[in-house]
Amino acid sequence: MFDSSLRLNRRNFLAAGGGLVVALSLPSSPRRAAAQASPGFAPNAFIRIDRQGIVTMVMPMAEMGQGIHTAHAMLLAEELDVGLDQVRLELSPASDALYGNPLFGPQSTGGSTSIRAFWMPLRQAGAVARTLLLEAAAQKWGVDPKTCRAESGSVFETSGSRHLAYGQLVDAAGTLPAPAPESVALKDRKDFKIIGKPHRRLDTPGKVNGTTVFGIDTKIPGMKIAAIAISPVFGGKPKSVDEKAALAVRGVHQVVLTDQAVAVVADHMGAAKKGLDAAAIQWDEGPNATVNSADIIRQLKEASNTPGAVARSEGDVEKALAGATRRLEAVYQLPFLAHATMEPMNCTVHVKKDACDVWVGTQVPTMAQTTAAQLTGLPVEAVTIHNHLIGGGFGRRLEVDGIEHAVKVAQQVDGPVKVIWSREEDIQHDMYRPYYYDRLSAGLDASGKPVAWTHRVSGSSVTARYFPAGMQNGVDPDGVEGADQPPYAFPAIHVEFKRVEPPAVPTAWWRGVGATHNIFVVESFIDELAAAAKADPVEFRKALLSHNPRALGVLTLATQKAGWGAPMPQRQGRGVSVQFAFGTYMATVAEVEVGTDGTVKVHRLVCAVDCGLQVNPDTIAAQMEGGSIFGLTAALHGAITLKDGRVEQGNFDTYLPMRMDEVPVVETHFVNSAEAPGGMGEAGTAAVFPALTNAIFAATGKRIRTLPVDTKLLKSI
Amino acid sequence: MTINIKINGTVHTVDADGDTPLLWVLRDVLGMTGTKFGCGAGLCGACTVHLDGQAVRACQTPIDSVGESSITTIEAIGETPQGKALQQSWIDLDVPQCGYCQSGQIMSAAALLAATPKPTDADIDAAMSGNVCRCGTYQRIRAAIHRATA
Repeated sequence: MFDSSLRLNRRNFLAAGGGLVVALSLPSSPRRAAAQASPGFAPNAFIRIDRQGIVTMVMPMAEMGQGIHTAHAMLLAEELDVGLDQVRLELSPASDALYGNPLFGPQSTGGSTSIRAFWMPLRQAGAVARTLLLEAAAQKWGVDPKTCRAESGSVFETSGSRHLAYGQLVDAAGTLPAPAPESVALKDRKDFKIIGKPHRRLDTPGKVNGTTVFGIDTKIPGMKIAAIAISPVFGGKPKSVDEKAALAVRGVHQVVLTDQAVAVVADHMGAAKKGLDAAAIQWDEGPNATVNSADIIRQLKEASNTPGAVARSEGDVEKALAGATRRLEAVYQLPFLAHATMEPMNCTVHVKKDACDVWVGTQVPTMAQTTAAQLTGLPVEAVTIHNHLIGGGFGRRLEVDGIEHAVKVAQQVDGPVKVIWSREEDIQHDMYRPYYYDRLSAGLDASGKPVAWTHRVSGSSVTARYFPAGMQNGVDPDGVEGADQPPYAFPAIHVEFKRVEPPAVPTAWWRGVGATHNIFVVESFIDELAAAAKADPVEFRKALLSHNPRALGVLTLATQKAGWGAPMPQRQGRGVSVQFAFGTYMATVAEVEVGTDGTVKVHRLVCAVDCGLQVNPDTIAAQMEGGSIFGLTAALHGAITLKDGRVEQGNFDTYLPMRMDEVPVVETHFVNSAEAPGGMGEAGTAAVFPALTNAIFAATGKRIRTLPVDTKLLKSI
Repeated sequence: MTINIKINGTVHTVDADGDTPLLWVLRDVLGMTGTKFGCGAGLCGACTVHLDGQAVRACQTPIDSVGESSITTIEAIGETPQGKALQQSWIDLDVPQCGYCQSGQIMSAAALLAATPKPTDADIDAAMSGNVCRCGTYQRIRAAIHRATA
């Protein structure tokens, strides 16, 4: 499916080449012009080769730790026939035309789509370049291109001894007409030299010696540093500040008020923070000063009693439930969550009369550009986004609120200013994973087999705010991802989405998006059904997966590797989850121990993955490790709560991350398959929640239906 | 006030209030951005540097408390045998993901190895649990520390 939908058509591809004119401010005839301005060959927006043979690959997607720059470079290098040690990487400028995500349209890194979206276009880009270089060499030698081959950045005459390095061919290749991307032959998988082999990440060296420059490390001559305080109550605004006291702090230059915030501009963050404290800000708290978590939950609970928009309805659920031998009902609740990326929110902006420069790490460069243009009134072309490697994204950098705040400050500052949020600002003014309130019911027949399944999701719709066109008759597809298409065969299934927006609290996507919420709910409730049927949780699932060989494959592998069924000591247990999300099948087995005081120790996570064709297997394992820990952190500790219109958590002492002494070993096992590649950045996060809570059930008999895990409920009596 | 501080073998004269955290002097005044800001409260370890070889949090170290002590940062830790070995094992095992916390992780690990050349898992837990990694690279950090001592 993806292959056809993602194929670059010739027009787009040429537009990509033409767009390079925009990117480099070159005159017409893009490839020749590019060759003149910067000697070399630029057959498309992703590849440039200079006369020295240095290959520059322009990365369409943001690198925020997931390893995508290395994987994308591998796709390009495979078809271009260069070694990864011969390439250098460059971050793309803001451009939907050149670097839009084929699955979304705009330039956006998210939803575990980067491999799925660019798997074909980048290979085609490499193959087009290789084809032109081969042809250039063949013309020079007066032979048929079929008698030439490319290897390690050179073209060789297959039968002879002649060869030319790419750098010697760039001028000639630049004058040749580019073939249509879909017309070039891609390598057969058996001939892959790079794809599918573990490769060290290209971005590691700079990350171990402090030389990698993140957005927060931006240094611009004349730049000032600003600390910012946003109204602690959502929607409030500054009422008064003691500007004199702030300015009295050594190194402070200016106090800036915006519609929602106060910023103190100084020589360095130490002075800026001191100045912000001295400013003794008084806030006009506005209408949200009484918002609290209990009211939000009550609102959700009430709303969830009435029907939502139907996402899927098959079979006669009511009749099946009425005829069931056993009927189960359950309510599941998931909390608001912050992203808490290690790199706190920051953005450097220089607003000039006729231009605006923004230095930031963003998942959405063109949205950042449009935002700055709208705020400054400048044309979009006058705004330059200098994107950076991102110190943790997890969905937070899909939002441009931090850029908005920074531009509003910079509009009042003469010269460039770097706005840095404290960790407290970062956590208290995040945009949060929605609070979800889910109602489920199911019926079992006399043999313990499910006859019907209903699931009503209630919660905020991020899609309705962020991408309204994505709503489908009131259903947020993200809100029901993992719920409307569970891997299991149910004779009757009915799934609804009920949009309930909380007052004041901004919501956003969080690593794992819809699946992170729904896989927990579905895989927990299926475990409840297995328990009600007095069946082994794995055997119960397998009986419902006979039509689904890939799901069965990962379940079988994970349970084998975990030693499922082997006896465990008291208060220890294994829990399992199975999922299909982001185009990837996976299963996780968690082994936990629950202390008599209720504390939960996770000893081991065994993950089995069938993500179709693998690009960089070691990065996939790293994503399983990291994604699992990210999810486990939230399952055990994560909750954002509100009181008096304010977020109650503020730093890593109240919004707890998992630490070295707490984390389990994560094992990754692969089911090899030749299917199209699936996404990996979020799969592990989604899978781990129910594996954990099902293991807690196995260890204690206590079913966790509300996250995070309340250890008080797990004490032995 | 002006304060002299010795960083990576070089004495720098800094004009800032004495209570200014070392973190911001390194990053904003001296432009040494390898040391990271993560929490500002000594809770995450992203800003870890060495003060006479001991791991300290730069966000909790006022510059007037440094005195004659020598500060070492991530920019120079590769010149020590522990730092060099750790950087190599970090590369060998592809430890970093986003990489933002890794300066602090390596600085904490280097101080651990300087004091305990062959750390046990318990030693690693004790020395490294103050360093947060939201990407969840802990398993590889542990393996890389062991590898650096092999």
